Parts: sequence; structure tokens; C-alpha cells
Amino acid sequence: MVIKTAVTAEQVWAALEEIPDPEIPVISLVDLGVIRDVAVDGAQVRIEFTPTFLGCPALEVMKRALQVKVTELGADPDVAVIQDDSWSTDRITAAGREKLREAGFAPPAPRAAGATTLVQLQSKAFRCPYCGSTETKLENIFGPTPCRSIRWCESCRQPFEQFKTI
Amino acid sequence: MSARAQLLLSVADDELILGWRDSEWTGIAPTLEEDVAFSSIAQNEIGHARALYELAAVELGTDADALAFDRAPEEYRCAPLVELHLLEWAHTIARRYLYEEADRVRIEALMRSDDAELAGLAAKIDREETYHRLHAEMWAARLRDEPRFRDAVEELWPYAVGMLEPELRPELARRVGKPSNSLLQAHERGEHTPELQELWNEMTEVRRSVPGAQW
Repeated sequence: MVIKTAVTAEQVWAALEEIPDPEIPVISLVDLGVIRDVAVDGAQVRIEFTPTFLGCPALEVMKRALQVKVTELGADPDVAVIQDDSWSTDRITAAGREKLREAGFAPPAPRAAGATTLVQLQSKAFRCPYCGSTETKLENIFGPTPCRSIRWCESCRQPFEQFKTI
Repeated sequence: MSARAQLLLSVADDELILGWRDSEWTGIAPTLEEDVAFSSIAQNEIGHARALYELAAVELGTDADALAFDRAPEEYRCAPLVELHLLEWAHTIARRYLYEEADRVRIEALMRSDDAELAGLAAKIDREETYHRLHAEMWAARLRDEPRFRDAVEELWPYAVGMLEPELRPELARRVGKPSNSLLQAHERGEHTPELQELWNEMTEVRRSVPGAQW
């Protein structure tokens, strides 16, 4: 019989900080905001995980990584997948947004104004992560993964990936 | 089967079968950007189908893969609109436009459901669908005056009507700018086109080749 170890919520959060996003490894799952809650009862750890996009192929990888990390702490994981709208790109932390920008991904615009419109997407409010220019235009609403769009920077003349706001 | 499970399977089957049809453009769309767009839209729609199947599976004591692939073609609850094999751009865009309009009416109704799980999932799907609607809106604006596109919308309209329950149909007609008497003819859910059998043969072929295998 395997003896499980009692852990604290702080230990669990610190361990989860180490899990990189499977597709954009510069950012952790904690910075991505997909961990809604960690509840600890002795050696039992319940994690509420909120998927980003429902069609994202990385969801199973993320869920498994959470289970493995808790198991490595010696505790017993229970990862609940919460399929409602509680995750939005506003849940990405300030540190996470900065890491995205440094890696060449323009972070998402805030949701404050409600659902995105075509006029917003075609406006020049989006900043190039390489040169900082707002002289950018929409190339494609869709990109290499469900969470990204493709834009073109007129100033440094190169394409870049823009996180969609959801 | 409960009314709830029937509803979940209807929406899930629409999303799965349309996702499959959209994915048929991967590699052969008229521009590279549309190749990316259709592939991504297909991936999202199939992701929505999976989440809806998972909800239904809890109630039906099965799993999402079994619901997606192990039923006989006549057991699918998808609307005829999504079954049509439309490898022609004007019809494909007309279907995307009409599907998104009808789907939006339906999702907004589901978001008001007193079933918290269903309403929560509908709200999540709604956020992702925003981008599909923008894509459809962009194309519909571009092709609005093209006779081929207008004819395709006319031809597919009775199919779009058939996606919705009768009480939601007047709202769809209002949004698409159709008179209410145009709702009288509908290709109803429950009828299947011959195209579904062909699609099913291909979609389930690998899974049927080794029943019960863990992939």
C-alpha cells in the first residue's frame, strides 16, 4: 500500500507553477489562469481545471500534467474539468501576459468591451510584440491553434500571432 | 432517452458532422488563409461536440467516443443542413453563414436554461463561436451581391429552418431578413440525406476496423 502524504494548498500551487503550457511553454498553467481552485484535505487534492478552448488538443495533456504533479508531491489528485465560461483570457496573469509578449505572442485585449467585433479586429489597436508599433492589420481570424489569430505588422514588416480575446 | 439527452445529442451531432464537412476543405480551400480558417473552425466545432457528448454520456452511461462513432447512421440526430456534401465555395459559405445564424439563436436559448451545466457550457461555446460568426459575417458581406451566393442562401434556407425547434424559427427569419411565411417549408431534423451514410462510412472506418481498441 502506498502511503499518501498530507500537503498544503501553498505547496500544491507552487508545484503547479512549474507546469508549462504544452503549446506555449514560456507560460505556466497557473499564469494561464486555468486553475480555478485548489482544495486540500490531508493527502486529497482537488483541482478545478477550466479548459481554454474546447477543441484545444492540449487539454488532455494539461489534465495529465496536473495529476502527475500532485502525485509527485505524494498526494492523491482529483482533477475536475469545469466546462463553463469561468475561464476567459482576462484570467491570464499580468506576469503571464508579459511572458507571452517577450516570446513574440501579442497578449489578448481585455474583455471589458464585451464580445469581439469585426471592426475591433480590423482596427489598428493591436500592438506588434516585436517593435511595439500599432500599424498592424488582421491577416486571419484563425491561426495555428484555436487561441490565436494572425496579424501583420506594417512597421517591421512581419507577421505575428495575436491571442484571441474570449 | 430523456428530452435533455435528445437535445444534447442534436446539438452535438450538428457540430460533429459540420466539423467533419468543414475539415474537408483542409488542403484544398481557395486560399491558404481559408485553409487555416476552415481547419480551425472544424477543430472548434468538433471540440464543442465532444463537450456536449460528455454531458450526454454521463446521463446515458457511456462515453463521448461511443456516442460520436458507435451509433448507426439513422440514430444520429443532426439536421440535414450539416450533412450536405457541398464542395463548392458559394454553397459552403452560405451554409456557414446560415448555420452560424441558426446556431446563435439556439445557443442564446440554451444560455437561458435553468440547467446550470447546460447553460454554462452554452456560454463557453458562445464565446468561441463569436469568431466563427465574424468569419461568416466577413464572407457574407463580401459576397452579398454575388448571384451565386444569393441563390445558394435561397436554396439552403429551408435546411437552416430545420435546425431549430419551431418556437425559435421566427427569430431566425428576423435575423436573416426572411418573411415569416418562408418558414413553412423546412428540411426537418430526423430526415437524413444519402450523404450522411457516405460520411459515416468514412468517419467511423478506422474505429470499426478494430472494435474496442484503445487508440
